[in-house]
Amino acid sequence: MRRRVFLVAGIVLVLLVVTVALVSLFWTPFPAADTTGGRLEGPGAHHLLGTDKLGRDLLTRLMIGARIAMAVGAGAVALGALLGGLAGLLAAFANRWLDDTLAALLDILIAFPTLLLAMLVVAARGASLGSAIVAIGLAMAAIVARLTRVLAKRVLAMDYVTAARTSGLSWPRIVTAHVLPNIWPTLVVNLALQFGLAVLAEASLSYLGLGPPPPNASWGRLLQEAQSTVLTAPVGAIAPGVLLVVLVVGVNLLADGLRDVADPTRRRHR
Amino acid sequence: MSLLSVSGLAVSTHDGRALVSGLSFAVPRGGRLSLIGESGSGKSLTALAVTGLLPPGLAATGTVLLDGTPVIGATDRTLDRVRGRVAAVVFQEPSTALDPLMRLGKQIAEPLRRHRGLRGAALRSAVLEALDEVALPARVARAYPHEVSGGQRQRAAIAMALACRPALLIADEPTTALDVTVQADVLALLDRLVAAHDMALLFVSHDLAVVAKVTDEVVVLSGGRPVQSGPLRTVLANPGDDYTRSLVASARRLDAALDLGGVS
Ligand SMILES: Nc1ncnc2c1ncn2[C@@H]1O[C@H](COP(=O)(O)OP(=O)(O)OP(=O)(O)O)[C@@H](O)[C@H]1O
Ligand SMILES: [Mg+2]
Repeated sequence: MRRRVFLVAGIVLVLLVVTVALVSLFWTPFPAADTTGGRLEGPGAHHLLGTDKLGRDLLTRLMIGARIAMAVGAGAVALGALLGGLAGLLAAFANRWLDDTLAALLDILIAFPTLLLAMLVVAARGASLGSAIVAIGLAMAAIVARLTRVLAKRVLAMDYVTAARTSGLSWPRIVTAHVLPNIWPTLVVNLALQFGLAVLAEASLSYLGLGPPPPNASWGRLLQEAQSTVLTAPVGAIAPGVLLVVLVVGVNLLADGLRDVADPTRRRHR
Repeated sequence: MSLLSVSGLAVSTHDGRALVSGLSFAVPRGGRLSLIGESGSGKSLTALAVTGLLPPGLAATGTVLLDGTPVIGATDRTLDRVRGRVAAVVFQEPSTALDPLMRLGKQIAEPLRRHRGLRGAALRSAVLEALDEVALPARVARAYPHEVSGGQRQRAAIAMALACRPALLIADEPTTALDVTVQADVLALLDRLVAAHDMALLFVSHDLAVVAKVTDEVVVLSGGRPVQSGPLRTVLANPGDDYTRSLVASARRLDAALDLGGVS
Protein backbone atom coordinates (compact mmCIF):
# COMPACT_ATOMS: atom_id res chain seq x y z
CA MET A 1 0.00 0.00 0.00
CA ARG A 2 2.81 2.39 0.90
CA ARG A 3 4.32 1.46 -2.45
CA ARG A 4 1.18 2.60 -4.23
CA VAL A 5 1.67 5.99 -2.58
CA PHE A 6 5.18 6.14 -4.03
CA LEU A 7 3.88 5.32 -7.49
CA VAL A 8 1.25 8.05 -7.30
CA ALA A 9 3.77 10.56 -5.92
CA GLY A 10 6.15 9.68 -8.76
CA ILE A 11 3.42 10.14 -11.36
CA VAL A 12 2.43 13.51 -9.87
CA LEU A 13 6.00 14.85 -9.80
CA VAL A 14 6.80 13.69 -13.33
CA LEU A 15 3.48 14.99 -14.66
CA LEU A 16 4.23 18.35 -13.10
CA VAL A 17 7.45 18.68 -15.09
CA VAL A 18 5.82 17.27 -18.24
CA THR A 19 3.00 19.82 -17.96
CA VAL A 20 5.43 22.70 -17.56
CA ALA A 21 7.39 21.43 -20.57
CA LEU A 22 4.22 21.18 -22.68
CA VAL A 23 2.97 24.60 -21.65
CA SER A 24 6.33 26.14 -22.58
CA LEU A 25 5.74 25.02 -26.17
CA PHE A 26 2.74 27.39 -26.39
CA TRP A 27 3.25 30.00 -23.74
CA THR A 28 6.04 31.49 -21.64
CA PRO A 29 5.88 34.73 -19.61
CA PHE A 30 8.44 36.32 -21.95
CA PRO A 31 9.91 35.33 -25.32
CA ALA A 32 12.99 33.15 -24.86
CA ALA A 33 15.41 35.77 -26.20
CA ASP A 34 13.87 38.71 -24.40
CA THR A 35 16.52 40.69 -22.48
CA THR A 36 14.42 43.71 -21.50
CA GLY A 37 14.49 42.97 -17.77
CA GLY A 38 17.01 44.48 -15.38
CA ARG A 39 20.11 42.46 -14.55
CA LEU A 40 19.79 40.01 -11.70
CA GLU A 41 16.45 41.31 -10.51
CA GLY A 42 14.98 39.54 -7.49
CA PRO A 43 11.55 37.89 -7.61
CA GLY A 44 8.84 40.43 -8.19
CA ALA A 45 5.47 41.11 -9.78
CA HIS A 46 6.88 41.61 -13.27
CA HIS A 47 9.43 38.82 -13.28
CA LEU A 48 7.96 36.24 -10.90
CA LEU A 49 11.28 34.56 -10.19
CA GLY A 50 13.52 37.44 -11.18
CA THR A 51 16.03 37.68 -14.02
CA ASP A 52 19.53 36.48 -14.86
CA LYS A 53 22.61 38.58 -15.49
CA LEU A 54 21.56 39.30 -19.08
CA GLY A 55 18.12 40.44 -17.95
CA ARG A 56 16.28 37.30 -19.16
CA ASP A 57 13.20 36.12 -17.27
CA LEU A 58 14.13 33.18 -15.04
CA LEU A 59 10.69 31.53 -15.09
CA THR A 60 10.75 31.54 -18.88
CA ARG A 61 14.16 29.92 -18.93
CA LEU A 62 13.11 27.33 -16.36
CA MET A 63 10.04 26.38 -18.39
CA ILE A 64 12.12 25.90 -21.53
CA GLY A 65 14.62 23.99 -19.41
CA ALA A 66 11.86 21.54 -18.43
CA ARG A 67 11.34 20.79 -22.11
CA ILE A 68 15.03 20.12 -22.58
CA ALA A 69 15.29 17.99 -19.44
CA MET A 70 12.34 15.84 -20.52
CA ALA A 71 13.63 15.56 -24.09
CA VAL A 72 17.12 14.57 -23.00
CA GLY A 73 15.94 12.18 -20.30
CA ALA A 74 13.22 10.50 -22.34
CA GLY A 75 15.18 10.57 -25.62
CA ALA A 76 18.39 9.16 -24.18
CA VAL A 77 16.54 6.51 -22.16
CA ALA A 78 14.49 5.47 -25.18
CA LEU A 79 17.59 5.23 -27.36
CA GLY A 80 19.62 3.53 -24.63
CA ALA A 81 16.87 1.06 -23.74
CA LEU A 82 16.15 0.14 -27.35
CA LEU A 83 19.74 -0.24 -28.55
CA GLY A 84 21.02 -1.60 -25.27
CA GLY A 85 18.11 -3.97 -24.81
CA LEU A 86 18.50 -5.41 -28.29
CA ALA A 87 22.27 -5.78 -27.99
CA GLY A 88 21.92 -7.36 -24.56
CA LEU A 89 19.34 -9.86 -25.75
CA LEU A 90 21.45 -10.66 -28.79
CA ALA A 91 24.46 -11.35 -26.56
CA ALA A 92 22.37 -13.48 -24.22
CA PHE A 93 21.23 -15.65 -27.12
CA ALA A 94 24.48 -15.61 -29.08
CA ASN A 95 26.91 -18.46 -29.29
CA ARG A 96 30.00 -18.30 -27.15
CA TRP A 97 32.16 -16.54 -29.70
CA LEU A 98 29.72 -13.72 -30.52
CA ASP A 99 28.81 -13.34 -26.85
CA ASP A 100 32.46 -12.92 -25.83
CA THR A 101 33.00 -10.41 -28.62
CA LEU A 102 29.95 -8.39 -27.65
CA ALA A 103 30.87 -8.49 -23.97
CA ALA A 104 34.36 -7.19 -24.71
CA LEU A 105 32.92 -4.50 -26.98
CA LEU A 106 30.53 -3.38 -24.26
CA ASP A 107 33.32 -3.19 -21.70
CA ILE A 108 35.29 -0.95 -24.04
CA LEU A 109 32.25 1.24 -24.72
CA ILE A 110 31.54 1.58 -21.00
CA ALA A 111 35.15 2.49 -20.29
CA PHE A 112 35.08 5.01 -23.15
CA PRO A 113 34.58 8.50 -21.68
CA THR A 114 31.09 9.82 -22.41
CA LEU A 115 32.61 13.21 -23.02
CA LEU A 116 34.86 11.92 -25.78
CA LEU A 117 31.91 10.10 -27.31
CA ALA A 118 29.90 13.32 -27.14
CA MET A 119 32.69 15.25 -28.86
CA LEU A 120 32.74 12.68 -31.67
CA VAL A 121 28.99 12.92 -32.08
CA VAL A 122 29.09 16.72 -32.06
CA ALA A 123 31.94 16.66 -34.60
CA ALA A 124 29.75 14.49 -36.83
CA ARG A 125 26.38 16.21 -36.35
CA GLY A 126 27.09 19.65 -34.84
CA ALA A 127 26.09 20.83 -31.37
CA SER A 128 22.37 20.45 -30.79
CA LEU A 129 19.84 18.91 -28.47
CA GLY A 130 19.72 15.91 -30.83
CA SER A 131 23.49 15.42 -30.62
CA ALA A 132 23.37 15.53 -26.85
CA ILE A 133 20.60 12.92 -26.82
CA VAL A 134 22.46 10.65 -29.25
CA ALA A 135 25.74 10.88 -27.32
CA ILE A 136 24.14 10.26 -23.92
CA GLY A 137 21.86 7.56 -25.35
CA LEU A 138 24.78 5.67 -26.90
CA ALA A 139 26.76 5.75 -23.68
CA MET A 140 23.69 4.55 -21.84
CA ALA A 141 23.05 1.77 -24.37
CA ALA A 142 26.31 0.08 -23.41
CA ILE A 143 25.37 0.01 -19.74
CA VAL A 144 21.84 -1.18 -20.45
CA ALA A 145 23.18 -3.86 -22.81
CA ARG A 146 25.49 -5.26 -20.19
CA LEU A 147 22.72 -5.38 -17.62
CA THR A 148 20.23 -6.89 -20.06
CA ARG A 149 22.73 -9.55 -21.08
CA VAL A 150 23.29 -10.70 -17.51
CA LEU A 151 19.61 -10.59 -16.57
CA ALA A 152 18.48 -12.37 -19.73
CA LYS A 153 21.09 -15.07 -19.33
CA ARG A 154 19.88 -15.72 -15.84
CA VAL A 155 16.30 -16.10 -17.04
CA LEU A 156 17.34 -18.30 -19.97
CA ALA A 157 19.04 -20.70 -17.55
CA MET A 158 15.82 -21.15 -15.57
CA ASP A 159 13.94 -24.43 -15.69
CA TYR A 160 10.76 -22.70 -16.78
CA VAL A 161 12.45 -21.62 -19.98
CA THR A 162 13.69 -25.15 -20.56
CA ALA A 163 10.18 -26.39 -19.81
CA ALA A 164 8.75 -23.90 -22.28
CA ARG A 165 11.21 -25.15 -24.88
CA THR A 166 10.35 -28.80 -24.21
CA SER A 167 6.77 -27.91 -24.88
CA GLY A 168 7.89 -26.40 -28.18
CA LEU A 169 7.53 -22.66 -27.49
CA SER A 170 9.55 -20.71 -30.06
CA TRP A 171 12.38 -18.36 -29.07
CA PRO A 172 10.57 -15.12 -29.94
CA ARG A 173 7.62 -16.23 -27.82
CA ILE A 174 9.95 -17.15 -24.96
CA VAL A 175 11.42 -13.66 -25.11
CA THR A 176 8.04 -11.93 -24.99
CA ALA A 177 6.39 -14.32 -22.54
CA HIS A 178 9.20 -15.00 -20.08
CA VAL A 179 12.43 -13.07 -20.66
CA LEU A 180 11.12 -9.51 -21.01
CA PRO A 181 8.63 -9.67 -18.12
CA ASN A 182 11.28 -11.13 -15.84
CA ILE A 183 14.04 -8.65 -16.62
CA TRP A 184 11.73 -5.63 -16.72
CA PRO A 185 11.39 -5.02 -12.95
CA THR A 186 15.16 -4.70 -12.53
CA LEU A 187 15.67 -2.91 -15.83
CA VAL A 188 13.05 -0.22 -15.22
CA VAL A 189 14.67 0.84 -11.96
CA ASN A 190 18.03 1.05 -13.67
CA LEU A 191 16.55 3.09 -16.54
CA ALA A 192 15.12 5.58 -14.05
CA LEU A 193 18.55 5.99 -12.55
CA GLN A 194 19.93 6.51 -16.06
CA PHE A 195 17.24 9.11 -16.74
CA GLY A 196 18.52 11.22 -13.86
CA LEU A 197 22.12 10.73 -14.93
CA ALA A 198 21.24 11.70 -18.51
CA VAL A 199 19.72 15.00 -17.39
CA LEU A 200 22.85 15.73 -15.37
CA ALA A 201 25.16 14.62 -18.20
CA GLU A 202 23.42 17.07 -20.52
CA ALA A 203 24.23 19.82 -18.04
CA SER A 204 27.95 19.13 -18.29
CA LEU A 205 27.81 18.83 -22.07
CA SER A 206 26.05 22.22 -22.27
CA TYR A 207 28.62 23.72 -19.98
CA LEU A 208 31.30 22.71 -22.46
CA GLY A 209 29.30 24.08 -25.35
CA LEU A 210 28.42 20.60 -26.61
CA GLY A 211 24.72 20.87 -25.81
CA PRO A 212 21.78 22.71 -27.34
CA PRO A 213 22.78 26.29 -28.33
CA PRO A 214 21.45 29.37 -26.43
CA PRO A 215 19.03 30.86 -25.63
CA ASN A 216 17.51 27.43 -24.90
CA ALA A 217 19.35 26.47 -21.75
CA SER A 218 18.84 23.34 -19.72
CA TRP A 219 18.48 23.40 -15.95
CA GLY A 220 22.01 22.14 -15.62
CA ARG A 221 23.28 25.07 -17.63
CA LEU A 222 21.17 27.52 -15.61
CA LEU A 223 22.66 26.06 -12.45
CA GLN A 224 26.15 26.55 -13.74
CA GLU A 225 25.49 30.05 -15.03
CA ALA A 226 24.08 31.01 -11.63
CA GLN A 227 27.11 29.67 -9.80
CA SER A 228 29.06 32.93 -9.86
CA THR A 229 26.11 35.01 -8.63
CA VAL A 230 24.67 32.58 -6.10
CA LEU A 231 25.15 35.02 -3.19
CA THR A 232 23.53 38.03 -4.86
CA ALA A 233 20.74 36.13 -6.68
CA PRO A 234 20.19 32.78 -4.92
CA VAL A 235 16.89 32.02 -6.67
CA GLY A 236 18.73 31.60 -9.95
CA ALA A 237 20.66 28.66 -8.51
CA ILE A 238 18.04 27.24 -6.17
CA ALA A 239 15.15 27.07 -8.64
CA PRO A 240 16.78 24.88 -11.32
CA GLY A 241 18.31 22.72 -8.57
CA VAL A 242 14.94 22.13 -6.96
CA LEU A 243 13.37 21.29 -10.31
CA LEU A 244 16.15 18.82 -11.11
CA VAL A 245 15.57 17.10 -7.79
CA VAL A 246 11.81 17.03 -8.35
CA LEU A 247 12.23 15.39 -11.75
CA VAL A 248 14.88 12.87 -10.71
CA VAL A 249 13.07 11.86 -7.53
CA GLY A 250 9.78 11.67 -9.42
CA VAL A 251 11.22 9.39 -12.10
CA ASN A 252 12.79 7.11 -9.49
CA LEU A 253 9.59 6.85 -7.46
CA LEU A 254 7.71 6.14 -10.66
CA ALA A 255 10.16 3.37 -11.57
CA ASP A 256 9.98 1.81 -8.10
CA GLY A 257 6.22 1.82 -8.39
CA LEU A 258 6.29 0.31 -11.87
CA ARG A 259 8.63 -2.43 -10.68
CA ASP A 260 6.26 -3.36 -7.89
CA VAL A 261 3.35 -3.47 -10.27
CA ALA A 262 5.34 -5.70 -12.64
CA ASP A 263 6.64 -8.04 -9.94
CA PRO A 264 3.92 -9.72 -7.88
CA THR A 265 6.50 -11.37 -5.61
CA ARG A 266 7.35 -7.94 -4.20
CA ARG A 267 3.80 -6.84 -3.45
CA ARG A 268 3.34 -8.73 -0.19
CA HIS A 269 6.42 -7.79 1.74
CA ARG A 270 7.61 -4.25 2.36
CA MET B 1 10.41 -49.63 -31.99
CA SER B 2 11.09 -47.90 -28.68
CA LEU B 3 9.65 -44.48 -27.99
CA LEU B 4 13.01 -43.36 -26.66
CA SER B 5 16.17 -45.18 -27.52
CA VAL B 6 19.57 -44.04 -26.39
CA SER B 7 22.81 -45.66 -27.40
CA GLY B 8 26.35 -44.65 -26.64
CA LEU B 9 25.25 -41.29 -25.24
CA ALA B 10 28.05 -39.07 -23.99
CA VAL B 11 27.89 -35.50 -22.72
CA SER B 12 31.03 -33.46 -22.50
CA THR B 13 32.15 -29.89 -21.97
CA HIS B 14 33.76 -27.92 -24.77
CA ASP B 15 37.18 -28.45 -23.24
CA GLY B 16 36.63 -32.19 -23.53
CA ARG B 17 35.71 -33.21 -19.98
CA ALA B 18 33.26 -36.13 -20.12
CA LEU B 19 30.30 -35.68 -17.75
CA VAL B 20 28.29 -38.64 -19.04
CA SER B 21 29.60 -41.47 -21.17
CA GLY B 22 28.73 -44.84 -22.66
CA LEU B 23 25.08 -44.66 -21.70
CA SER B 24 22.51 -46.82 -23.49
CA PHE B 25 18.90 -47.54 -22.61
CA ALA B 26 15.47 -47.67 -24.16
CA VAL B 27 11.97 -46.78 -23.04
CA PRO B 28 9.18 -48.49 -24.99
CA ARG B 29 5.78 -46.87 -25.55
CA GLY B 30 3.98 -46.91 -22.20
CA GLY B 31 7.09 -48.29 -20.48
CA ARG B 32 8.88 -46.95 -17.44
CA LEU B 33 12.55 -46.59 -16.64
CA SER B 34 14.42 -44.94 -13.79
CA LEU B 35 17.85 -43.36 -13.84
CA ILE B 36 19.28 -43.61 -10.39
CA GLY B 37 22.54 -42.28 -9.02
CA GLU B 38 24.17 -40.03 -6.48
CA SER B 39 24.26 -36.26 -6.76
CA GLY B 40 26.42 -35.17 -9.68
CA SER B 41 26.27 -38.55 -11.41
CA GLY B 42 24.85 -37.02 -14.60
CA LYS B 43 21.16 -37.82 -14.24
CA SER B 44 19.88 -34.35 -15.04
CA LEU B 45 22.28 -33.94 -17.95
CA THR B 46 21.01 -37.21 -19.40
CA ALA B 47 17.42 -36.07 -19.05
CA LEU B 48 18.27 -32.82 -20.83
CA ALA B 49 20.35 -34.50 -23.53
CA VAL B 50 17.52 -36.81 -24.64
CA THR B 51 15.33 -33.77 -25.38
CA GLY B 52 18.18 -31.77 -26.93
CA LEU B 53 18.11 -29.16 -24.17
CA LEU B 54 21.66 -29.22 -22.85
CA PRO B 55 22.82 -25.88 -21.49
CA PRO B 56 25.21 -23.88 -23.68
CA GLY B 57 28.78 -25.07 -23.32
CA LEU B 58 27.85 -28.76 -23.23
CA ALA B 59 27.60 -31.09 -26.20
CA ALA B 60 26.18 -34.58 -26.64
CA THR B 61 27.41 -37.38 -28.88
CA GLY B 62 25.98 -40.81 -29.59
CA THR B 63 22.49 -41.63 -30.77
CA VAL B 64 19.19 -40.54 -29.25
CA LEU B 65 16.01 -41.43 -31.09
CA LEU B 66 12.86 -39.81 -29.77
CA ASP B 67 9.91 -41.42 -31.51
CA GLY B 68 12.25 -42.17 -34.39
CA THR B 69 13.60 -38.62 -34.68
CA PRO B 70 17.35 -38.26 -34.13
CA VAL B 71 17.82 -35.67 -31.40
CA ILE B 72 21.57 -35.16 -31.34
CA GLY B 73 22.61 -32.73 -34.05
CA ALA B 74 19.01 -31.87 -34.91
CA THR B 75 17.96 -28.24 -35.34
CA ASP B 76 15.62 -26.52 -32.91
CA ARG B 77 13.02 -26.43 -35.67
CA THR B 78 12.99 -30.19 -35.96
CA LEU B 79 12.99 -30.64 -32.22
CA ASP B 80 10.17 -28.15 -31.64
CA ARG B 81 7.91 -30.54 -33.49
CA VAL B 82 8.96 -33.47 -31.32
CA ARG B 83 9.10 -31.72 -28.00
CA GLY B 84 5.87 -31.37 -26.14
CA ARG B 85 4.07 -33.80 -28.40
CA VAL B 86 6.49 -36.63 -27.71
CA ALA B 87 8.27 -35.64 -24.51
CA ALA B 88 7.71 -33.17 -21.67
CA VAL B 89 9.80 -32.57 -18.57
CA VAL B 90 9.04 -32.03 -14.89
CA PHE B 91 11.99 -30.52 -13.07
CA GLN B 92 13.70 -31.04 -9.75
CA GLU B 93 13.27 -27.58 -8.30
CA PRO B 94 9.66 -26.33 -8.29
CA SER B 95 10.79 -22.82 -7.43
CA THR B 96 12.58 -22.36 -10.76
CA ALA B 97 10.29 -24.58 -12.85
CA LEU B 98 7.58 -21.93 -12.97
CA ASP B 99 7.77 -18.34 -14.16
CA PRO B 100 7.51 -16.27 -10.96
CA LEU B 101 5.77 -13.41 -12.76
CA MET B 102 3.03 -15.33 -14.54
CA ARG B 103 -0.20 -16.56 -13.02
CA LEU B 104 -0.32 -20.36 -12.84
CA GLY B 105 -3.47 -20.54 -14.96
CA LYS B 106 -1.73 -18.69 -17.77
CA GLN B 107 1.31 -20.94 -17.58
CA ILE B 108 -0.87 -24.03 -17.84
CA ALA B 109 -2.90 -22.45 -20.63
CA GLU B 110 0.14 -21.86 -22.84
CA PRO B 111 0.84 -25.51 -23.81
CA LEU B 112 -2.89 -26.23 -24.01
CA ARG B 113 -3.29 -23.47 -26.56
CA ARG B 114 -0.34 -24.58 -28.59
CA HIS B 115 -0.82 -28.30 -28.56
CA ARG B 116 -4.56 -28.66 -28.48
CA GLY B 117 -5.43 -25.45 -30.29
CA LEU B 118 -7.86 -24.38 -27.57
CA ARG B 119 -9.09 -20.78 -27.25
CA GLY B 120 -11.43 -18.70 -25.12
CA ALA B 121 -13.95 -20.53 -22.98
CA ALA B 122 -12.73 -23.96 -24.09
CA LEU B 123 -9.22 -23.01 -23.02
CA ARG B 124 -10.43 -21.77 -19.65
CA SER B 125 -12.31 -24.94 -18.92
CA ALA B 126 -9.33 -27.04 -20.07
CA VAL B 127 -7.13 -25.17 -17.57
CA LEU B 128 -9.60 -25.94 -14.78
CA GLU B 129 -9.72 -29.56 -15.89
CA ALA B 130 -5.93 -29.73 -15.88
CA LEU B 131 -5.84 -28.29 -12.36
CA ASP B 132 -8.50 -30.71 -11.22
CA GLU B 133 -6.55 -33.61 -12.67
CA VAL B 134 -3.59 -32.80 -10.41
CA ALA B 135 -5.94 -32.19 -7.46
CA LEU B 136 -5.48 -28.42 -7.34
CA PRO B 137 -8.40 -26.12 -6.53
CA ALA B 138 -9.61 -23.78 -9.28
CA ARG B 139 -8.47 -20.65 -7.41
CA VAL B 140 -4.84 -21.71 -8.03
CA ALA B 141 -5.31 -20.55 -11.63
CA ARG B 142 -5.26 -16.94 -10.42
CA ALA B 143 -2.30 -17.39 -8.08
CA TYR B 144 1.35 -16.60 -8.71
CA PRO B 145 3.88 -19.35 -7.95
CA HIS B 146 5.04 -17.71 -4.71
CA GLU B 147 1.48 -17.73 -3.42
CA VAL B 148 1.16 -21.53 -3.35
CA SER B 149 3.09 -24.26 -1.53
CA GLY B 150 6.01 -26.22 -2.94
CA GLY B 151 3.83 -29.29 -3.40
CA GLN B 152 1.20 -27.25 -5.22
CA ARG B 153 3.86 -25.72 -7.45
CA GLN B 154 5.08 -29.16 -8.41
CA ARG B 155 1.51 -30.26 -9.14
CA ALA B 156 1.12 -27.20 -11.37
CA ALA B 157 4.36 -28.11 -13.14
CA ILE B 158 3.04 -31.64 -13.69
CA ALA B 159 -0.20 -30.19 -15.07
CA MET B 160 1.84 -28.09 -17.52
CA ALA B 161 3.87 -31.07 -18.66
CA LEU B 162 0.76 -33.21 -19.10
CA ALA B 163 -1.10 -30.46 -20.95
CA CYS B 164 0.81 -31.35 -24.11
CA ARG B 165 -0.38 -34.96 -23.77
CA PRO B 166 3.18 -36.19 -24.31
CA ALA B 167 3.89 -39.82 -25.08
CA LEU B 168 6.87 -39.66 -22.72
CA LEU B 169 7.07 -37.83 -19.43
CA ILE B 170 10.55 -37.09 -18.13
CA ALA B 171 10.50 -36.42 -14.39
CA ASP B 172 13.79 -35.20 -12.96
CA GLU B 173 13.63 -35.77 -9.20
CA PRO B 174 10.13 -34.29 -9.11
CA THR B 175 9.75 -34.86 -5.38
CA THR B 176 13.24 -34.26 -4.00
CA ALA B 177 12.57 -30.68 -2.94
CA LEU B 178 9.33 -31.60 -1.16
CA ASP B 179 8.83 -32.82 2.37
CA VAL B 180 8.10 -36.50 2.90
CA THR B 181 4.31 -36.53 3.18
CA VAL B 182 3.89 -34.24 0.19
CA GLN B 183 6.44 -36.37 -1.66
CA ALA B 184 4.27 -39.45 -1.34
CA ASP B 185 1.19 -37.60 -2.61
CA VAL B 186 2.92 -36.12 -5.62
CA LEU B 187 4.53 -39.46 -6.46
CA ALA B 188 1.19 -41.25 -6.25
CA LEU B 189 -0.35 -38.58 -8.47
CA LEU B 190 2.39 -38.94 -11.05
CA ASP B 191 2.06 -42.70 -11.00
CA ARG B 192 -1.71 -42.52 -11.47
CA LEU B 193 -1.61 -39.96 -14.29
CA VAL B 194 1.12 -41.71 -16.24
CA ALA B 195 -0.93 -44.89 -16.09
CA ALA B 196 -4.20 -43.13 -16.91
CA HIS B 197 -2.80 -41.51 -20.05
CA ASP B 198 -0.78 -44.53 -21.22
CA MET B 199 2.36 -42.46 -21.04
CA ALA B 200 5.90 -43.70 -20.88
CA LEU B 201 7.98 -42.44 -17.96
CA LEU B 202 11.67 -41.67 -17.64
CA PHE B 203 12.12 -41.12 -13.94
CA VAL B 204 15.23 -39.63 -12.37
CA SER B 205 16.08 -40.02 -8.70
CA HIS B 206 18.84 -40.62 -6.19
CA ASP B 207 16.47 -42.47 -3.90
CA LEU B 208 15.83 -46.21 -4.33
CA ALA B 209 12.77 -46.12 -2.10
CA VAL B 210 11.18 -43.50 -4.34
CA VAL B 211 12.18 -45.30 -7.53
CA ALA B 212 10.69 -48.53 -6.22
CA LYS B 213 7.28 -46.89 -6.06
CA VAL B 214 7.10 -45.93 -9.71
CA THR B 215 9.26 -48.13 -11.93
CA ASP B 216 10.50 -51.66 -12.45
CA GLU B 217 13.46 -51.04 -14.75
CA VAL B 218 16.46 -49.07 -13.56
CA VAL B 219 19.79 -47.84 -14.85
CA VAL B 220 22.28 -47.06 -12.09
CA LEU B 221 24.65 -44.17 -12.87
CA SER B 222 27.83 -43.38 -11.07
CA GLY B 223 30.24 -40.66 -12.09
CA GLY B 224 28.49 -40.32 -15.44
CA ARG B 225 28.75 -44.02 -16.35
CA PRO B 226 26.14 -46.74 -16.17
CA VAL B 227 27.25 -49.24 -13.55
CA GLN B 228 24.25 -51.52 -13.59
CA SER B 229 20.91 -51.89 -15.29
CA GLY B 230 17.93 -54.17 -15.42
CA PRO B 231 14.78 -54.92 -13.42
CA LEU B 232 14.81 -53.25 -10.02
CA ARG B 233 14.36 -56.61 -8.25
CA THR B 234 17.45 -58.07 -9.85
CA VAL B 235 19.52 -55.00 -9.06
CA LEU B 236 18.31 -55.03 -5.47
CA ALA B 237 18.94 -58.74 -5.09
CA ASN B 238 22.43 -58.76 -6.60
CA PRO B 239 23.94 -55.34 -6.49
CA GLY B 240 26.80 -56.00 -8.88
CA ASP B 241 29.08 -53.16 -7.92
CA ASP B 242 30.13 -51.22 -4.86
CA TYR B 243 28.12 -48.15 -5.65
CA THR B 244 24.83 -50.00 -6.10
CA ARG B 245 25.57 -52.00 -2.98
CA SER B 246 25.96 -48.84 -0.92
CA LEU B 247 22.79 -47.42 -2.48
CA VAL B 248 20.84 -50.56 -1.56
CA ALA B 249 22.32 -50.62 1.92
CA SER B 250 21.41 -47.02 2.62
CA ALA B 251 17.90 -47.55 1.30
CA ARG B 252 17.52 -50.56 3.62
CA ARG B 253 18.79 -48.56 6.56
CA LEU B 254 16.37 -45.78 5.83
CA ASP B 255 13.54 -48.23 5.41
CA ALA B 256 14.33 -49.84 8.72
CA ALA B 257 14.65 -46.51 10.47
CA LEU B 258 11.37 -45.18 9.18
CA ASP B 259 9.66 -48.56 9.27
CA LEU B 260 7.62 -47.53 6.26
CA GLY B 261 5.16 -50.40 6.20
CA GLY B 262 3.94 -51.29 2.71
CA VAL B 263 5.98 -48.72 0.85
CA SER B 264 7.75 -50.81 -1.74
N1 LIG C 1 26.55 -26.52 -17.56
C1 LIG C 1 27.50 -27.33 -17.04
N2 LIG C 1 28.80 -27.12 -17.33
C2 LIG C 1 29.76 -27.91 -16.80
N3 LIG C 1 29.52 -28.96 -15.98
C3 LIG C 1 28.24 -29.22 -15.66
C4 LIG C 1 27.17 -28.42 -16.16
N4 LIG C 1 26.02 -28.90 -15.66
C5 LIG C 1 26.35 -29.96 -14.89
N5 LIG C 1 27.69 -30.16 -14.89
C6 LIG C 1 28.39 -31.22 -14.17
O1 LIG C 1 27.96 -32.46 -14.65
C7 LIG C 1 27.84 -33.40 -13.60
C8 LIG C 1 26.49 -34.06 -13.64
O2 LIG C 1 25.49 -33.08 -13.37
P1 LIG C 1 23.95 -33.44 -13.25
O3 LIG C 1 23.24 -32.16 -13.04
O4 LIG C 1 23.52 -34.27 -14.39
O5 LIG C 1 23.93 -34.29 -11.91
P2 LIG C 1 22.69 -35.01 -11.23
O6 LIG C 1 22.95 -36.47 -11.30
O7 LIG C 1 21.42 -34.53 -11.80
O8 LIG C 1 22.85 -34.53 -9.73
P3 LIG C 1 21.70 -34.08 -8.68
O9 LIG C 1 21.18 -35.32 -8.05
O10 LIG C 1 22.47 -33.24 -7.69
O11 LIG C 1 20.68 -33.30 -9.42
C9 LIG C 1 28.12 -32.66 -12.30
O12 LIG C 1 29.42 -32.99 -11.88
C10 LIG C 1 28.05 -31.21 -12.69
O13 LIG C 1 28.98 -30.48 -11.95
MG1 LIG D 1 19.82 -33.28 -11.11
